[in-house]
Amino acid sequence: MNVLHRIEPFLALLLAVIWISPLLFAFWAAFHASTDAVNFNLAAPWTLENFRTAWDGAPWLRYFLNSFLLVTSVLIGQFLLTTLAGFGFAQVDFRGKDVLFVLVLLQLFILPEVLIVENYKVATRLGLLDTILGIGAPYMASAFGIFLMRQAFKSVPKELDEAARIEGCSLLGVLWRVYVPAARPTYLAYALVSISTHWNNFLWPLVVTNNESSRPLTVGLSIFGAPENGVDISVISAATVMVIAPLLVLFLVFQRQFVQAFLRAGIK
Amino acid sequence: MPDLAALRRRRQAIHGWLLLTPTLVMLTTFAFYPTVATVWTSLFSRGTRRRPTEFVGLENYQRLIDDPTFWLVAKNNLIYAGVTIPISIVLALAMALWANSKIPARSFVRTAYFTPTVLPMIAAGNLWLFFYTPGFGVLDQIGALFGAPSVNWLGQPETALWAVCAVTIWKEAGFFMIFYLAALQTIPPDLKEAAQIEGASRWAYTRRIVLPLLMPTTLFILVNAMINSVKLIDHLFILTKGGPSDASKLILYYIWENAFAFFDAPAAAAMTVLVLGVLGALAAFQFFVIDRRTHYR
Repeated sequence: MNVLHRIEPFLALLLAVIWISPLLFAFWAAFHASTDAVNFNLAAPWTLENFRTAWDGAPWLRYFLNSFLLVTSVLIGQFLLTTLAGFGFAQVDFRGKDVLFVLVLLQLFILPEVLIVENYKVATRLGLLDTILGIGAPYMASAFGIFLMRQAFKSVPKELDEAARIEGCSLLGVLWRVYVPAARPTYLAYALVSISTHWNNFLWPLVVTNNESSRPLTVGLSIFGAPENGVDISVISAATVMVIAPLLVLFLVFQRQFVQAFLRAGIK
Repeated sequence: MPDLAALRRRRQAIHGWLLLTPTLVMLTTFAFYPTVATVWTSLFSRGTRRRPTEFVGLENYQRLIDDPTFWLVAKNNLIYAGVTIPISIVLALAMALWANSKIPARSFVRTAYFTPTVLPMIAAGNLWLFFYTPGFGVLDQIGALFGAPSVNWLGQPETALWAVCAVTIWKEAGFFMIFYLAALQTIPPDLKEAAQIEGASRWAYTRRIVLPLLMPTTLFILVNAMINSVKLIDHLFILTKGGPSDASKLILYYIWENAFAFFDAPAAAAMTVLVLGVLGALAAFQFFVIDRRTHYR
């Protein structure tokens, strides 16, 4: 037992090194010529050539813009819908509320990913093919977000609510002046989870986009790296590093908030 | 004289429904209606230019049952779930216990574990390609140091599914670790002191006190991991495309392929219905078994 105790820190460290090694190798390959990269020639010169090749190989600027617009519009839609619904579930009493809540929670299991066949038809009929809105719309009424907001609004002290009402605030006024500010940490947590989910989402965006005008980064990257394109491992690595860089930097800078966000999102 | 309480109740009801209307419209459009439509589509034949679609009852399901690929894909998905779920959970638990104990470089270790969570599966696929490529891939080069022969991890049916599983475990474990970390931090420190005074070993403390207290978290993670074993298929597009000869194909990928590569929407719909059935059973398990025990109102 004592031996295990002694070697545990090394096991932990070893696992950590294994865990980030794919990322480290990608960085290494991205900054070296492919022959140097695969031979692990440590003395090889560093180069930006792979990034230049990758950048010229696809409309990345368009993809970045699309991903940015996608993440922003999903977030706005989610904030709006989940705030209203979460407030309704937390602070308004009416018949049928419990049934509705179960219906909403069902969406945690009826994943938009699984419904791609019919959602594609819906998106076609609504004219949402090849649009940013088409990629984002199925995710806006998020059961997960509604659940989070409901929990956050439930913990707001009733006195604050009553005080605002006595001051003459309308229902939406109370929501906006009292509940939304009180739930700020929950919004931040939800935003970080949502941004990383949709920056990384792939299957539905692949299905609903047919050209580069609306394609997000993940779909662009998968097309760029396809074997038919014959790009070498260093160029693929450079493109991959480019795609993950914004989120990775965001994560490393706001690490504490990120972990807190996923924690807050996970604890019910 | 109108009843004030009744009036208030009516106003509350109107407010409630108004607040929920936008959500209900969106959920109906992109979740409830498509679910019903999927069932509907699965009962009709695939229309061709000459023959319009017609009602065929359960014929599409019969076709699935007769399709050996479907059974292979279902088996693959069961293996995928059976391998990735327990390993991710055990690793996540180990990671959380380590990241919560006094070890050197703790914050580095925690960051390293968590990093894959913020990466897209597509990028993860690319990163791992570098490991799996035969000849100059990292795994082969390490193998060569020990005199092992070159292995085409992704190119042979015996190893492709396992290679895909490894990427999923790598992606998931750090994510699940977070939930364990959260739960560990709620365990009062007196329990540990009491165990020490009683002379319990650290192992006994972990097994008898920590693990039972983590049970609700484990159930929560388990449900999420099951959902993920249906959902996490993006890396297939990069690594194997389900091959070789369908050895690493998973259900959702096969649904996609049927619908958007083979243009056989009824087959895809029939499979979707089966997947929805499994997810529905999972939801029932969550609502009626787990929630009944861990009440959070």
